[in-house]
Amino acid sequence: MMSRTSLSRSTSSDQLGRGLTALTGVSAALCALVVSAVILTVVSGAWPALKELGPKRFLFDTGWHPAEGLYGMAPIIVGSLAVVSGAILIATPFGILSALFLNFYAPRIVGNLYRSALELLGGIPSVVFGLWGMTTVVPLLRRIHSPGSGLLAGSLVLSLMIIPTFASLADAAVRAVPSSLYASSLALGLRRWHALWTVVLPSARSGLAAALVLQTGRAVGETMVVLMVCGNIPLLPKGLFDPIRTLTANVALEMPYALGIHRSALFVSGLVVLMLVVGLMVLVERVRTEE
Amino acid sequence: MRCRVGLVSYGAVLAALLFSSCSRSSASSTMTLTITGSSTIAPLALEIAKRFEVSHPGTRVEVQSGGTSRGVSDVRQGLAQIGMVSRALKADETDLLPVLIARDGVAMIAHSTNPVSALSKDQVVSIYKGETRTWDKAGGPARPITVVNKAEGRSTLEIFLHYFGMAAKDVKAQVIVGENEQAIKTVIGNPDAIAYVSIGTAEFEKQHGAPIKLIAVDGVVPSTAAVADSKYPIARQLNLVTRGNTNDLTKTFLAYANSNDVADLVESQHFVRPTR
Repeated sequence: MMSRTSLSRSTSSDQLGRGLTALTGVSAALCALVVSAVILTVVSGAWPALKELGPKRFLFDTGWHPAEGLYGMAPIIVGSLAVVSGAILIATPFGILSALFLNFYAPRIVGNLYRSALELLGGIPSVVFGLWGMTTVVPLLRRIHSPGSGLLAGSLVLSLMIIPTFASLADAAVRAVPSSLYASSLALGLRRWHALWTVVLPSARSGLAAALVLQTGRAVGETMVVLMVCGNIPLLPKGLFDPIRTLTANVALEMPYALGIHRSALFVSGLVVLMLVVGLMVLVERVRTEE
Repeated sequence: MRCRVGLVSYGAVLAALLFSSCSRSSASSTMTLTITGSSTIAPLALEIAKRFEVSHPGTRVEVQSGGTSRGVSDVRQGLAQIGMVSRALKADETDLLPVLIARDGVAMIAHSTNPVSALSKDQVVSIYKGETRTWDKAGGPARPITVVNKAEGRSTLEIFLHYFGMAAKDVKAQVIVGENEQAIKTVIGNPDAIAYVSIGTAEFEKQHGAPIKLIAVDGVVPSTAAVADSKYPIARQLNLVTRGNTNDLTKTFLAYANSNDVADLVESQHFVRPTR
């Protein structure tokens, strides 16, 4: 709003303003159209399978064996949730500690270097993380437990993928806490760590939570990394070294040659991912408006 | 912001181009040839069709996948002039005329440091059913075997299961992969792994320095040459079939698909050209 009023005042020509209004309006409409088209495509693709098999069979069929007409997606949903939870568990402490380090412990030069390193890491494409996971992390884990690829490998590489962006967002959230809060708690005699733990972090809570949920959404939708390091077996994992298949990997693996109901069942996979991500976005909005 | 507007207008131009190209192709009076069937052959047929359209102006070739059985039934009902059938014709399909355009072979592979270089058919079945779990039972080191399987729907999986007489559910794998390249990368990164891939891909990767070896099954060493001579058993035919009473366009296309003009396309899809 602000920018629009200032723009129309500062430009002498009203025509330019109107042109920009139309242009931005059209681009916004196009974006909304594309999003609706994507959702419509996924829903209409999933519809035949949902109609013919019913949602129950996707949850209760004994395993995922499309060739035998079994479409039990429960192990795949559990696999997805497990690998993402693992990644979040690993990434959260790292992200929060690095935000505190940046704002309260690091010398300015080190802090600036570290910030640019985080930004650089955040820009690395996920396929590179996947390749690195496949050629470095999996062989390392294989020394502990063969074959190395599985839930733990997936969580580790996923967490490395989301830590940089999460740390940057957490850094911003912690920086947004008024410095007077920290200063007054020190003045009241709190030790530095105590002040950070009881005053600064709780004040940054909603920003941190929003950052976390955003990164969870990114991890849920990630495909290449999990496809390359998780083993992709559609069975319930019983341990950290067990292979898992995620919903996204399910689509990527089978879509190229899937036909008929099998193809439609893969759209159901995509629909579940979409619903998870939409749910997380709603959560972010909730957390933000709470503030 | 300006950047985003630029991107959107770029997208709009792209969409407009797409739409215009669609309308152009539908509103023409060219001769059209329809090919349907096996999703294994479809990518190859599509490449051949593209080149055919360029070298034969005024023709249009439509390729639709949908499985071998769709190819057979579409040709019988006259819905398609050519069907793609990724197997030899059955005894009750003598009404159809096959043209063999390629063969598709599958090789068992392992890491080059693995001392095992030959397995029997029963040993492979036992490994893939999870009954043999360590390499020492097959003449290798006392290490656990990592079984690499293909994702459902892949043609290499179908050939593999068919030859070894297994159902998809029987396989107890530790890793499932999609593309041949992914299977090879998994084996490169894991000296205890066993996998199967298209022979063409395996030979190509090995020649370019990948540390893998092709494993002989029941004494037959896998090679594209053996597939071409139909001496290698874990393989199948890729046929284009017609009802016989074909028009000129169909005949021209079949001859083209069988000619040296498309030899590179067959190889780029990791299939093997049959020896004639």
